Amino acid sequence: MEQFTINLLFVGASFAIYIGIAIWARAGSTSEFYAAGRGVHPVTNGMATAADWMSAASFISMAGLIAFTGYDNSTFLMGWTGGYVLLALLLAPYLRKFGKFTVSEFIGDRFYSPTARMVAVVCLIVASTTYVIGQMTGVGVAFGRFLEISNTAGLLIGACVVFAYAVLGGMKGVTYTQVAQYVVLIMAYTIPAVFISLQLTGTPIPALGLFSETTSAGAEGSVYLLTKLDQIVTDLGFASYTEAHKDNLNMVLFTLSLMIGTAGLPHVIMRFFTVPKVSDARWSAGWALVFIALLYLTAPAVGAMARLNITELMWPNGTSGEPVSVQTIETAPEYDWMLTWQKTGLLDWEDKNGDGLIQYYNDQSDAMAVTAAANGWEGNELTNFNRDILVLANPEIANLPGWVIGLVAAGGLAAALSTAAGLLLAISSAVSHDLLKGQLTPNMSEKAELMSARIAMAVAIGVATILGLNPPGFAAQTVALAFGLAAASIFPALMMGIFSKRINNVGAVSGMLSGLIFTLVYIFLHKGWLFIAGTNSFPDTVDGSLFGIQSTAIGAIGALINFGVAYVVSMMTKDTPQEIKDLVESVRIPAGAGGAVDH
Amino acid sequence: MAENSTHIKAAKDGAGYWKANVRIILVSLVIWALVSFGFGILLRPMLSGIAVGGTDLGFWFAQQGSILVFLALIFFYAWRMNKLDREYGVEED
Repeated sequence: MEQFTINLLFVGASFAIYIGIAIWARAGSTSEFYAAGRGVHPVTNGMATAADWMSAASFISMAGLIAFTGYDNSTFLMGWTGGYVLLALLLAPYLRKFGKFTVSEFIGDRFYSPTARMVAVVCLIVASTTYVIGQMTGVGVAFGRFLEISNTAGLLIGACVVFAYAVLGGMKGVTYTQVAQYVVLIMAYTIPAVFISLQLTGTPIPALGLFSETTSAGAEGSVYLLTKLDQIVTDLGFASYTEAHKDNLNMVLFTLSLMIGTAGLPHVIMRFFTVPKVSDARWSAGWALVFIALLYLTAPAVGAMARLNITELMWPNGTSGEPVSVQTIETAPEYDWMLTWQKTGLLDWEDKNGDGLIQYYNDQSDAMAVTAAANGWEGNELTNFNRDILVLANPEIANLPGWVIGLVAAGGLAAALSTAAGLLLAISSAVSHDLLKGQLTPNMSEKAELMSARIAMAVAIGVATILGLNPPGFAAQTVALAFGLAAASIFPALMMGIFSKRINNVGAVSGMLSGLIFTLVYIFLHKGWLFIAGTNSFPDTVDGSLFGIQSTAIGAIGALINFGVAYVVSMMTKDTPQEIKDLVESVRIPAGAGGAVDH
Repeated sequence: MAENSTHIKAAKDGAGYWKANVRIILVSLVIWALVSFGFGILLRPMLSGIAVGGTDLGFWFAQQGSILVFLALIFFYAWRMNKLDREYGVEED
């Protein structure tokens, strides 16, 4: 059977399952639409949170970023898991006790101010929309490859599918669909990794294989996979895989931004409103991380092993032997993946010096300039290797059977779709529930509320698609910006709302606004206004950036500003009223948590 | 009446319960920061002598070890807090 047919079969079958579940569990009331009637078991909720959480950034993009950078991109691994500790310890149980539907409702009530609620809605929409842009980038890559069309056409088709899918069900449909999506995506991620780990190290568990010896023993006996990888990449003039090359400040701030952002993203926090009890909210965060860790412990192995495989395919006779020839790439079956990916425009090569061979090396390295001059090389000839294709191409690179490739295509789409749907739900509830029903038109009927929620979804996905055509970075990098925005705006307000009785309405509003504006302006100064290329004032590198901090890491500073401004302003203005102190007191104690309160 | 008296008790012990909770959170967050920002990034040079499968302990903490510790921390906190809820009689029905 053709690979295209197999892909179609796997993707088609998985979609049929999701849509079937979505129709079966279709949301009837607003309460079901937003919070699944609060009847979801912690383990089920954990699994759905994991699917919701692990998006195109985690599934499609992250291992590729780790593969081509090595240790420095460990920040993604620590950042996107460590945030769950903050969520479980600092927010989840208290927000569940508070017992409302949305994050902005909590902020509005705790800071006794409709303005605070509106500001929270704005912060939430800015962060979520940026996040959806990252997802659309991933969706474009996945659909482009799977339908064998250009990246742009893939993105447009993907946008239609995401919209149709998110409109079908609310939270309840999404919760059960996401359990199915988790199963598909985790199988799609781990099965090829197990195969590759067996091929390279003989160890069936990829996480252990990463630190094992390779089975292909060289002349000097067996050698660790990471030692071998370090050797061949440095031979080609690339930075070593396991050493640190980024400065500590940027690494720490970037990790911290991702962690705080995790605990500030509305679509993840909303999940903890759907468990029956406060104690369940604590367990739920743990279960979510268990299911997330299954992928995150595998991801570094996927990255390192793929890097090794790609480098060896380019240099089949070793780094000092003859590289692969253009003719081999065009005819040998193990190089078929390069031809299929070339069609998406995300992979390309060019025989610059016309010797019929493809030299893959780092042409920016001074040491390699000498070697290149001696051998007549005229620059790196693997001219384009988009980081976002690595995970999807991985099973083909390792020459795995066709069904594994089909499974990975289905998994990548599941990851991107589930998160995009969750985010659209968060955006639509912010607009219809918080903005329209909460503020502008309180007497709106349930039916009108559901309709406006769907219109908000359509607008959000339209904006994200337009901006996603020229994304500010690879999927995971764009998503990292969204985390920075959430870190700087939402998380500090939530945390201070629970841990301090003194922070008042004026303090919270000025804190959120200064955190959001500072971070957004800093990102736009480095990434271009509204991410439009060429409108940036500073290059987004450590040396060129305004404060020596990259735009992906600035969220942590934004959060500090938010905390600082909120504290100072609160101290200078009137103390919080007694009923707010009582509210904080009651949120801190689990007893008396009832069902959801609608209004 | 019965419901009323539990509420009074909860209010009286509320401060002690909250203090104990904050202490547990602080200890957990110190460990959280130590394994990630500490062992994984800033203290990595100090751990470079300890070899792990072709690299050093700091690399392992950055790519896997910290995630395992995060998991342990969340489950420890859930277990410890549910116990604390019962000690102070503030658990849900």
